[in-house]
Formats: sequence, structure tokens, C-alpha cells
Amino acid sequence: MSPQINADSRPALATHVRLQHDGVRQQWVVQAPERLFVLDDVAHAVLSRCGNGLTVAEIADQLGIEFDAPADEIRGDVLELLQDLADKGIVHDQRA
Amino acid sequence: MTSAPESPVDPPLALLAELTHRCPLRCPYCSNPLALAGRSTELTTEVWLDVFAQAGRLGILQVHLSGGEPAARRDLEALVAGARSAGLYTNLITSGLLLDRARLERLRQAGLDHVQLSVQDSEPCGADRIAGFQGAHERKLAIAADIRAVGLPLTLNVVVHRHNIARVPELIDLALALDAARLEVAHAQYYGWGLANRAALLPTRAQLEAATAIVTQARERLKGRLAIDYVPPDYYARRPKACMGGWGRRFVAVAPDGAILPCHAARTIPGLEFPDVRQTSLADAWQHAAAFTHFRGTGWMREPCRSCNRREIDWGGCRCQALALAGAADVVDPACSLSPLHETLVAVAEGESASPPPAFRYRSLSEGPKIA
Ligand code: SF4
Ligand code: SF4
Repeated sequence: MSPQINADSRPALATHVRLQHDGVRQQWVVQAPERLFVLDDVAHAVLSRCGNGLTVAEIADQLGIEFDAPADEIRGDVLELLQDLADKGIVHDQRA
Repeated sequence: MTSAPESPVDPPLALLAELTHRCPLRCPYCSNPLALAGRSTELTTEVWLDVFAQAGRLGILQVHLSGGEPAARRDLEALVAGARSAGLYTNLITSGLLLDRARLERLRQAGLDHVQLSVQDSEPCGADRIAGFQGAHERKLAIAADIRAVGLPLTLNVVVHRHNIARVPELIDLALALDAARLEVAHAQYYGWGLANRAALLPTRAQLEAATAIVTQARERLKGRLAIDYVPPDYYARRPKACMGGWGRRFVAVAPDGAILPCHAARTIPGLEFPDVRQTSLADAWQHAAAFTHFRGTGWMREPCRSCNRREIDWGGCRCQALALAGAADVVDPACSLSPLHETLVAVAEGESASPPPAFRYRSLSEGPKIA
């Protein structure tokens, strides 16, 4: 059973995962064993806020301000992204 | 022979650093070449540190510290620290035999990101028989616990073949019990030692399909708890794998003696010269060396690959396998059903896998012709 991420989850990166700037290609990446995820601006904005004790709702609020977008729309996108990454073992819920 | 045009190519993503060929185990599917490099030919600490620094500048993001058994190098801690300070995600691929908790703690402090530990089976007797080493399995279980105890993330790796393929469910349970975040179930690959032992290793099609179904179900069931990577064998496939993600596209390997290779098996291909990392930079080799440009892209292809719509998906399969099975590196990989040799290959696979397995030809230094 896959851990469910919801608005109260406090997402953090798994220990085997590293968020890193790729200076040669000028992009942000998440590194895991034999896996590499290239992040777009939104994904980077989300992942760089993981592990600070923030809830998904708080992260979405901050993104709403940063990207000047409606909060509910952002929250749905953030949940979807984090659930996908949780299924892949990249993030987990620190509450758990 | 045609070679790819000399336009700038994207930098590689990963470096396979084969630190040594020394290993206490003798797995009959070992991916090292039949001609193992002796200790006296190994690169020094300084050369490896320079290779890692070059890798970081070139745009490489991950390094796999491999072997042989990389812990046979006494300077492993210094190498990890060097790789890490070059910005590389540092993955140790180990049999576990030469590690202990204190050393794991030092490796963690040096910046090691991740450990991939191999087991040969889920039950000790079969595992030790494959490893050719009494007591290996028990040692590995203890080391797995130490890896987690010092806080390092763990992938459990198991090479599957006819002797252990029935225990894929137990292997999945073992990965969970050892608190691994990831399990790699890789079918034995049939070149080098694996090819020499093919009749002793190749599973039947029914065994393969059963294992594939179990992995597929477990993946769904364990989503978010255990990531499972699965590497199928290509003898029963219709289309080959994109070997190394395409020749000279993602990976660069450095052999224990300093040869810069597009893949660890590339040395079997006659007529290719591989630059020495003490004389040629990684960047230069990647960009210009014939060993990389010759099979890069699609320019070298003949039919049926040349006009096939999958030519930029699987890149014609594996060059080393084409050489080993078809006698030429620049023909379609016989694993592809469009190869004229494919049906013969499948018949051989079906025949061998249905016959009683011959004895293993264990990996050993003395069996192959040594590199001086
Ligand atoms: S496959 Fe076995 S023999 Fe080869 S390096 Fe790994 S542990 Fe050693
Ligand atoms: S013919 Fe060549 S390119 Fe086409 S699927 Fe087969 S190996 Fe791949």
C-alpha cells in the first residue's frame, strides 16, 4: 500500500535522494541510484521546500505567491507531484 | 567504415568506475572481462581523484564505484570523498565481503550517498554455491544490517538465473526484511563469464514469465515502500535493450587499468582502441576517441537497423552481444527478432534451458588470459 500524501503531510526527501544543481546543463535535478529527474521551476520550488517541516498546504500557499497563481489550483498540482514522487520512493511524509 | 559526424555531443550522465577486478567471490555471471586485470595494473589514488574531478567538470552527475569488489581498494574512503567533492552522486556497488561497520561509518562520513549490496539467492546454501564462497550469504546479511545501522540507504541487488529464479518472492521479502529502499532484480547478461556459463544459467521462458509477473505485482503492491528495478534477459525478447542507453550517449566506464570505455564489455570488440585516462582526458575521449564515435548514433548501422523506426530507441541493441553471437559488432543484435540469427538464438536458449545444467565455470584470475 502506497503512503497517501494529503494537505497536512510534511514531505521530506528520502535519505538516498539528493537535490542538486547541474551547473553544466543549468538545471535542477534530483538524484537517486541510477535515476535522475530533471526538475522544472515548479517541481524545484516544491522540492526545495521539502524537509523544512512545512505541510503540503503551506508549500502550496508559498508557491501561490511565488508564481502568482490561485491557491486551490496550485495545491492540486503540488499534491499530484508529491504523490507521484512518494510512489517512486523519492519523498516521504515526515509525520509518519 | 563510417563514423558519426564530429558535432558536439551531450556530456555523459554517469561514470562507471571499475576500481579493481579483485574480488573474494567467484560468481559465474560476473560482468568483469574473462581477462581480469591484476593488482599491479590498477590506477593510483591520485589518478582516480583526477578522473572524478574531470567527471564533475564534464557534467557527469553520478559515479558508480564498482569492481570487482571496490572495498578491496584500501583508499576507498579517499576515493568516495573525492567523488563527492566533485559533486557526484556516489553509489558503492559491493559484495559486502570486505566491509565492516567501522568502515561503513567512515564511508558515510566521506560522503557516500548510497550502497548497492548484492546477494546471490535468498537461501544460504544456493547463494554460497553461486558465489563460490562458503559463508558469504551470512556475512552479507550482517553487512546489510550494518549499512542500515550507520544510516546509509540500501539497494539489494540480485542477479537471477535458473538456480534462483523460483525464489523471487523470497528475495522481495528479504529486501523488505533488510530495510532496503530499492531492489534490483537483474537477469544474468550473457557476455563474458555469463556467456561462458550460459547453459548453466539461462532460465526457461516459463520461468522468466513467472518471475516477470511476480515482480510486476510486487511493484504495484509495494509502491512507495520498495522500488523494484527489473532487468529482463533479452534472449526471449522481440526487441533488444538500448544497451547502456545507446553507445556513447549516457555512460562512460573507466577500467581498473585506466582504459576509457563506452561500456565495461567493449574491450571484446577487436579493432577499437581505448584511450588511457592517464594520457587522454575524459572530455577528449568522449568527444573524439574512435572508441566512442564509431558506434555513436546511427551512422554505423546496416540493415535492418538503418531503416528501422526503432533505431533511435534501442540503437540497434548491444554491440558486444552482436559480436559474441553474430561474429561482427556492426550487425543487428541477434536478440532482435529482425536479426536473421534470432530464431537460432531462441532455439539455443530453449534447448539449453531445458537440459540439465552443466557445472559452473567459476570466475577466476587464472582461467582467462591476464592483462599483464
Ligand atoms: S559479480 Fe560476483 S565475482 Fe563478480 S565482482 Fe561481483 S561479487 Fe565479485
Ligand atoms: S532492427 Fe535494429 S533498430 Fe530495429 S528493433 Fe531491431 S535492433 Fe532495434
